[in-house]
Amino acid sequence: MIYDAVAKNKRNSILLLFFMTLFACGVCWFVGAYFWENGIVGLLIGFGIAAISAFTSYYAGDSIVLSSVRAVKASPIQYKVLHDVVDEMSIASGLPKPTVYVFPDLAPNAFATGRDPEHSSVAVSEGLYRQLDRAELQGVIAHEMSHIQNRDILFVTMVSVLVGAVVIISSIYRTSLWFGGGSRRRNDKGGELFAIIGLLLIIFAPLAGRIIQMAISRQREFLADSSAAYMTRNPGALASALRKISMPRSKSHVSNAAVNPLFIAEPFKGVNVKELFSTHPPIEKRIEQLDKMAYSGSVLMKEATDAN
Amino acid sequence: MALWIIIGLVALIIMFVWATYNKLIQLKNRIQNAWAQINVELKRRYDLIPNLVNTVKGYMKFEKETLEAVIQARNTCIKASGVSEQGAAENQLSGALRQLFALMENYPDLKSNQNVLNMQEELTNTENRIAFSRQFYNDIVLRFNESIMMFPGNIVASIFGFRKQDYFEVDMNTVQNTPQIDLSFDSSTPTAPTGSDVQKR
Repeated sequence: MIYDAVAKNKRNSILLLFFMTLFACGVCWFVGAYFWENGIVGLLIGFGIAAISAFTSYYAGDSIVLSSVRAVKASPIQYKVLHDVVDEMSIASGLPKPTVYVFPDLAPNAFATGRDPEHSSVAVSEGLYRQLDRAELQGVIAHEMSHIQNRDILFVTMVSVLVGAVVIISSIYRTSLWFGGGSRRRNDKGGELFAIIGLLLIIFAPLAGRIIQMAISRQREFLADSSAAYMTRNPGALASALRKISMPRSKSHVSNAAVNPLFIAEPFKGVNVKELFSTHPPIEKRIEQLDKMAYSGSVLMKEATDAN
Repeated sequence: MALWIIIGLVALIIMFVWATYNKLIQLKNRIQNAWAQINVELKRRYDLIPNLVNTVKGYMKFEKETLEAVIQARNTCIKASGVSEQGAAENQLSGALRQLFALMENYPDLKSNQNVLNMQEELTNTENRIAFSRQFYNDIVLRFNESIMMFPGNIVASIFGFRKQDYFEVDMNTVQNTPQIDLSFDSSTPTAPTGSDVQKR
């Protein structure tokens, strides 16, 4: 069940990424076809935009995020248990030990960042360190290190770059509509239909992109949960950590829209936010998945020993 | 035309065999490394025990026997040579440590002592490291075994004589059989590294 969950979540998010890429290419091609009467030009421009933004967020992303929550390196003496737990998880996963950060926030939360396992960091809030017991902390760290192991930073970057390209290219298209830029298509037969499709596209493409992006983000959270369960062989501890984290308490004061997708649980938990637009799956669903694994976990262990 | 197709196919097959062979070698080296890691963690445990005993000694004067049993078990572990001997010693050490921890519950002073708390965390960490390094070893062995048993990797594996590796197992009922591992390449076939099995003696 744990193996299955990891594989299933991986498959789902790759499928979504594929869909997203197709969608972005479609939008770019359409805009190109309308604007320059050549879809390829649109595609090339889209790729150009994507490459530039990918490069910046890939190389500078982690330091921006860490300083935005005022994270500092955790002292190995004061935060001994934290360092120990990170050590244990790096042994369990075979990853190099990430740099350990703490940030001043009483709300329990944590995130991982860094472009690859060799340049990765894990940051936990002061509140998380204080409120969770050792096993729960281990579950959370395993979740964060799973993000590193699954290359989620890269994954999230790619997706947001694709969405960014869609947004930019639709706004180019929009401008062209307003200023009546160089297309002769509108005088052609069927030009009106083309314009209507275009209008719908500039309204809905960025929105649709955002929805797919959030769906991918949620899938990666499920994946990190299941990988963490595999890493610790203790899904129950992560489930109980998630319960503690989701309990209403002091509101986070460091989170903002930019760092939100990175956290282990979404800091803004407004009732108005639709599930479609949230970066994280509802905590109940995540706990449910973990509980299922906990239930089948004992069976799995037995099967593993029997098989030998 | 047909010639080119054949050349292309052969090139593809060579590339596949090349990649698979390298992947298997990589996994095999990782298995070796993971095994070494377990021993590093075991050594860490041996080094820690004298500190632990010294820390709690003052508080637990009346538990001299238990403390001595721990020290004794640790020394036996270090001296142990054969696998079964080492397994028995490891088992005894774990038992002695468990008993020590159980007894510590009777001493409230101990639980409020920062040194003891630190020591306890240190030991928890060490025990976890041992457990997780064994788990990681098994995870890699699983990946290795899967890649040499599944199609089409199994063809490459059989050409180069890779063999299935054994898992690290803990026998809960009797002695903990710490398996002796022999990962050296078989010298009889120097060009093709064979999967020397993990041997349990």
